[in-house]
Amino acid sequence: MKTELPVGIINRENSGLKKLKPDIPRITVGLATCGAAVGGTAIYERLRESIQKRNPDLSLVPTGCIGYCREEPIVTVAHPGKPLVLLNRVSVKDCDDILNAVLSGTVPHDKALCRIEEWDHLMGHNITYGRGFDEIPLYDEIPFFGQQKKVILRDAGIINPEDIDEFLAVGGYSAAYNALRNMEPDTVLEEVEKSGLRGRGGAGFPAGLKWRITKEKKSDKKYIICNADEGDPGAYMNRNEMESDPHMLIEGMILGAYAIGTDEGLIYIRAEYPLAIRRLKHAIAEARELGILGENIFGTDFSFDIQIATGAGAFVCGESTALVASIEGRTGRPHPRPPRLTDSGLWGKPTDLNNVETWCNVPVIIKNGSEWYRNIGAEKNSGTKVFSLVGDVEKVGLVEVPLGTTLKRIVFDIGNGGADGKAVKAVQTGGPSGGCIPLRLFDTTVDFESLNAIGSIMGSGGIVVMDEDTNMVDIARYFISFATGESCGKCIPCREGLKHTLILLNRILAGKGTAEDLDTLKSLSETIAATSLCGLGQTAPNPVLTTLEYFRGEYDSLVKL
Amino acid sequence: MDEKTLDEIISRYDSPSGRLLGILSDIQNEERYIPRESLEMLSGKLNVHLSQLYSLVTFYSFFSLEPVGDHRITVCMGTACHVKGAGEILRNLEELLGFPVGITEEKREPVTTDDNAFTLEIARCFGACSIAPVLRVDNNLYGYAKPEALPTILKEYGWRRDED
Repeated sequence: MKTELPVGIINRENSGLKKLKPDIPRITVGLATCGAAVGGTAIYERLRESIQKRNPDLSLVPTGCIGYCREEPIVTVAHPGKPLVLLNRVSVKDCDDILNAVLSGTVPHDKALCRIEEWDHLMGHNITYGRGFDEIPLYDEIPFFGQQKKVILRDAGIINPEDIDEFLAVGGYSAAYNALRNMEPDTVLEEVEKSGLRGRGGAGFPAGLKWRITKEKKSDKKYIICNADEGDPGAYMNRNEMESDPHMLIEGMILGAYAIGTDEGLIYIRAEYPLAIRRLKHAIAEARELGILGENIFGTDFSFDIQIATGAGAFVCGESTALVASIEGRTGRPHPRPPRLTDSGLWGKPTDLNNVETWCNVPVIIKNGSEWYRNIGAEKNSGTKVFSLVGDVEKVGLVEVPLGTTLKRIVFDIGNGGADGKAVKAVQTGGPSGGCIPLRLFDTTVDFESLNAIGSIMGSGGIVVMDEDTNMVDIARYFISFATGESCGKCIPCREGLKHTLILLNRILAGKGTAEDLDTLKSLSETIAATSLCGLGQTAPNPVLTTLEYFRGEYDSLVKL
Repeated sequence: MDEKTLDEIISRYDSPSGRLLGILSDIQNEERYIPRESLEMLSGKLNVHLSQLYSLVTFYSFFSLEPVGDHRITVCMGTACHVKGAGEILRNLEELLGFPVGITEEKREPVTTDDNAFTLEIARCFGACSIAPVLRVDNNLYGYAKPEALPTILKEYGWRRDED
């Protein structure tokens, strides 16, 4: 076994650092899906052309998304030795001004949102950009950013997701390297167990325990799978994690594969995410080229590779057994558990399946240790969670906070309350499986138990804010309509029950409902929840049950009492 | 699809995991829908029953067995889009393209104009919730969509109002 970091990788790390902090100005454009869609692509092209004409000695690179979606398109400028400056709401017509400023050694102050003097990438690598431009606020002084704690999104919007060198430069793959060379698989597993990391896909099952169960199964072949189906409408944090920092996911899976003892991993990703698919494929190819994936990783005797399987637009495929059926080339219908995937998963072999964000937590846990990790978050809910804060909220974006943060803090302190000055009425968390939470319960903390206690769930982390204009009965109808359309049809409670729930809700909304209908709605919902085969059906009535409980008056006003 | 193209697509998949859906997606990317002949050819080549392939292409909403128009318009119906008025966007598009209003949500299947210029469909969630409501025409995403902006967007793809 070799003891030195391979020269090839050291060279690439150094080259990455030169790209992140070049001795010429560096300009980046946020080119995740939404940044690109609201003008980022056109800005990037315009800057590229102008730079070629005026001064090819400027560095221009695409990045992912820094999460402040409301302020997109976001462009950053870093002069050597000066802070990294974020420019917000940039348009193509600003490009000349930006270049003029950069070429004269400054930044366009009218577009400047904030400045970053140094950035901790949490993998043992601090990047110090420099001082100056004191009149521009510091990153932490912007309420949207200042109240967040970026662990998973530590690289997002800063490094080029299509360049492995930059990931190496911020300490990427150092956790995997150290683990494979200096740690026993059991030690890696124990660290994850001790960290208290719970699955970020929604159910909150202890990740380390799932790893251990899979590890201890006797089998000639095992698989690990990343669930990147992210079907919850209103949630897009996984897309951003993959688009902005794909190597973080790969590193997490390498560590998991090593701990569990498997040589094959799969990422099941929804077809609706073409850019994430492209960036992941590119990242996998880069990692293979450097010997970070494939045979004898880092010159050790450990081998592991990752394949990508794309979904085809079925919400139920986010359910683990349905997902496996889909990868095997069958219709994505779930089967009753047991057997669990850890006993009989992909192709009948023990399989560990975790959500994108769960995998992304692993490198930072292994790098900094379980104790460091447990100090973030709340009792039995360690670490952070990325939420997509969308809907009728002023500062829409991706928000990463320690678990145990209150809804109030997320919606009002970070999101600055309702959009267009309207009053916030409720939030919906957890997608179709979640519930609607009224304003009076906004002191609730976001952690697995607290949200469950009030009838909702964390889900993958969608938080849809609804203002005073929202009709909550219509929202319930919307989710039931969604779940009815996405029911795979295998079990009767879900297939037939949801259909009749939808008929009832439509009748109530049309003003033709009766008080008796409301009782039927409640008992039908409870029956569906109690008797459905899989998570889709079991949780589909949650939006109805929570709106009935918290917004009963809206139902009552629609029916003849 | 000719045999050579199909063989080339099949050759991209050496692992059994994810193979069938991958091949079907690639066929659809190539042809813009999944022609029956391609399914028959694939069934013979992979020794998979045609009925199994049929069950896949009808189960997954991403696949279409019907040819689609020159431009494919997809309206996101995710929660954020719903809250921000996606329903109105959809109804306006139906009206502008000459479909009965409400047909796409009712049928849940793509509808195509008689001249084959446009196909209109709904999708569950693009995951572009921050710029809701969102629609996609071919591969271009349009965020913060407003009903009054729709004619301008459609014109980029050759649509003309009848009275124009």
